[in-house]
Amino acid sequence: MTTRLFGEPVARKEDGRFLTGRGRYTADFEPHAAHAAFVRSDLAHARITGIDTAAAGEVPGVLGVFTWTDLDGEVAERLPLLVPSDALVNPRTQHALARDEVCYAGEVVAMVVARDRYAAEDAAERILVEYEPLPPVVDLETAASPGAPTAHADMQDNLAGRVSEEHGDVDRALTAAPHVFGWRFVMERSAAMPLETRAVVARYDQTEDRLLIHDSTQAPTGVRFGLAMLFGMDTDRVHVVAPDVGGGFGQKVIQFYPEEVLVPWAARRLGVPVKWVEDRRENFIGSNQERGQIHDVRVGVDDEGRILGLEDRFLHDTGAYCSYGLILPIITAAQLPGPYRLENYRYELRSVFTNTVPTSPYRGAGRPHAAFVMERVIEKVAGELGLDSLDVRRRNFIQPDQFPYHVGVTFQDGGPTVYDSGDYERGLDALLAELDVERTRTELADWRRTGRTVGLGVAGYVEGTGIGPYEGASVSIDPDGTVSVATAHGTQGQAHETVFAQIAADELGTPLEGVRVTTGDTRRLGFGVGTYASRTAVVAGNAVLRAAQEVRRQAASVAARILEVAPEDVVFQDGSVHVAGAPDRRIPLGRLAMASNPTRYAFGRDAEEGARLSQLAYAGGDRPLPEGSRPGLAAVEYYSPTSGVFGFGFHGAVVEVDPETGEVRVLRYVVHHDSGRVINPMVVEGQIHGGVAQGIGGALYERIAYGPEGQVQNASFMDFLLVSAAEMPRIEQVHTETPSPNNPLGIKGVGEAGTIPVSAAIANALSDALGVPVDRMPVMPEDVLALVRAAE
Amino acid sequence: MTGAVDITLLVNGKTYTGRAEPRVTLADFLRDELRLTGTHLGCEHGACGACTVLMDGRTVRSCLLFAVQAQGHDLATVEGLAPAGGAEGLHPLQEAFHRMHALQCGFCTPGFLMSAYELLQSNPRPTEEEVRTWLSGNLCRCTGYQNIVEAVLAAAAEPEPEAHQ
Repeated sequence: MTTRLFGEPVARKEDGRFLTGRGRYTADFEPHAAHAAFVRSDLAHARITGIDTAAAGEVPGVLGVFTWTDLDGEVAERLPLLVPSDALVNPRTQHALARDEVCYAGEVVAMVVARDRYAAEDAAERILVEYEPLPPVVDLETAASPGAPTAHADMQDNLAGRVSEEHGDVDRALTAAPHVFGWRFVMERSAAMPLETRAVVARYDQTEDRLLIHDSTQAPTGVRFGLAMLFGMDTDRVHVVAPDVGGGFGQKVIQFYPEEVLVPWAARRLGVPVKWVEDRRENFIGSNQERGQIHDVRVGVDDEGRILGLEDRFLHDTGAYCSYGLILPIITAAQLPGPYRLENYRYELRSVFTNTVPTSPYRGAGRPHAAFVMERVIEKVAGELGLDSLDVRRRNFIQPDQFPYHVGVTFQDGGPTVYDSGDYERGLDALLAELDVERTRTELADWRRTGRTVGLGVAGYVEGTGIGPYEGASVSIDPDGTVSVATAHGTQGQAHETVFAQIAADELGTPLEGVRVTTGDTRRLGFGVGTYASRTAVVAGNAVLRAAQEVRRQAASVAARILEVAPEDVVFQDGSVHVAGAPDRRIPLGRLAMASNPTRYAFGRDAEEGARLSQLAYAGGDRPLPEGSRPGLAAVEYYSPTSGVFGFGFHGAVVEVDPETGEVRVLRYVVHHDSGRVINPMVVEGQIHGGVAQGIGGALYERIAYGPEGQVQNASFMDFLLVSAAEMPRIEQVHTETPSPNNPLGIKGVGEAGTIPVSAAIANALSDALGVPVDRMPVMPEDVLALVRAAE
Repeated sequence: MTGAVDITLLVNGKTYTGRAEPRVTLADFLRDELRLTGTHLGCEHGACGACTVLMDGRTVRSCLLFAVQAQGHDLATVEGLAPAGGAEGLHPLQEAFHRMHALQCGFCTPGFLMSAYELLQSNPRPTEEEVRTWLSGNLCRCTGYQNIVEAVLAAAAEPEPEAHQ
């Protein structure tokens, strides 16, 4: 057999174009399209009392100036609520263009379309918006307090929604517990910051009544269905392509951003291609952010640190709108227990409006908050009781024989949270071995004696990945023998072209080079959901497997007829099929594809042999295409998982603090990781590297700073410091593989894993170094200095 | 604002002519007029490095220059990095980036390649520390930088390639 590609660190198929400048990102399409520019509110909360667009219309090259009153039909209504929920007491989304009230600084108020971006921005500057300021509410805790100003003028308070659940009996457990502690944990605002900002290019063909959109989205199928409904168009007249996308990390999954609706709307209205490429400042104030929670935890433990009961009441900052419903805080609540048995667990979450940029999932999606809370709790319990926190972890682990393990609360997909498989003790052991923990502790003690401020922190997590509802894949074999794979979700650097090719190549016995993968093009496949929640390799990967299996079945059936053997005796190898034991009786896959399409024509000389085989294959039947068979070798299959699959891992950080400057250096960063079977270990390691970098950035450097009036005060890369190569430590990795029993490939998702426990590990390490609790993230140099002073 | 002017640029050894207003940035001109879209824009304020190109052998941020300022200078972009005539050949840096998985979404990659190219021209055998410091002017959100650093060190360990163009 051809060497199996599944599990091999094969180099990526997609690299060539990226390395030579031939990638095709949304901004690369239609260089001379008309360009849109947007006027955004400078105020976090205000009533619009007038908009004067006259001067803008006079700028040369302007094709149209639009405000809310120009919008029509569904486009004039509030944008769709993506994830409805009965627990949302005030479901509120924004208008594509603000109608009469703006609720965050950055909200879109007006749109200009002009012959190029320069002219469009000239005109946008000339639009005068008159506001009557309303009191903004910016701080999360203030917003949740009685009598606070409201983020929306027509609301009585700022509550977007609330959920509470209880597993076991927490009050009884806390009453009976020998030790009960209460602590507060805070995570501030941050944001994904993909290097490519958002972008949309739309062309409307009036003659054909067709709309073609290129969108740097993670979910082109959803954009397509949504726009067709908003515009009242047949779905098959709207197509959305997510071409190469320069990072997403969740920020590009939300549909719909106003611009995603307005740019295609303008293309239809004006009859010309319209393009918009977000600038970085717009990304800071107009694209969704994340983090932003305050947790108040009560935990009861026994003398050995076993958790008897835990209650978490927390606030989640949804920003000015909540189109993503309550998904984020629900993930936090469901994932808070992590690898630990919480037999008595209760949470009460409140999602709260503030006059800030809306929030939606950013890599980790509520889980970094959960891991931060739980792992700080473990560490603080150990500290209070004078125990080794590693022992406390072990005493609380869910054991390998307890899977499938029911956490007892609802997961993000609405079903119960059920861990499919895991071996947490083994994971922690693997980390500690890689870390050489005893030696590290000795080393730290030595360094402390020389006056260095150093510490070690460990943190674990469990990540629900690979949730439904479904993904699909189209697999077909072209007459030249190429295996063509298409999936509908967007891809943003996760190597889907390579890993899907590995799966299809293994099934069809072709070399990797013989597979061509297209992602994110609704012209190729219309049904799909999107790339988020570390789900694509799992859900679409298993769909690719199914479709490839069906194509293999078809190919074996046709080959069996031609070669006059049983289908089971057909071997797939090196891009051909042959009879088992008789490798010379072979047919290349391309020929077989031609043979399976009995047109009686030979399209070109190469096809003559195919046509001859076709006659052979279907000779003797009562009709040219036998009942039950289809022409060609092609299949579309879907995979829908029964539930999520749960990866896990443990991180260890060794940090050093400079007490004079507040600088934190991460001296070592060690990762244990388990995402079930691995399709491509090189890709998995890369995902972990990137995830850890976003985690370290999020822990030490990246905070969206709002001023008291609600403006983002660090809306540039000069003020919001993304972590760079100079700060990043070399990441050491160790893997275990606990396969998932829930899907045929045994895989789990990995996209977000690297980020999830980093804040917790860094906080634990800093607490160890400074001797004071670090219960708030991020910890920037000024925060470190405050902690150093507190320690003194 | 009106008044487009003729702009002639030498890019990757080839002379291009186009028309643009004097306020058009070098990056926009390369991308929209010359269709060299390998140069990317990540921040448009000179911080992320995605738009890095070489001007007379030195890196510049093409988002911070006007196209007219680049007339008469020798420009190199990522499209010119692979050895001349080698449609399939890759520069050792590109080859190392591929081998070491030093790119994911690919958006920042051209800028990193051009910065690393300049580094290896001036310092053919850098230490890891030097590579990390040098590349701190380029931001990547996918890779955590580790494999980028490894790739640059690997390329540096190889024999000197032919110059671009």
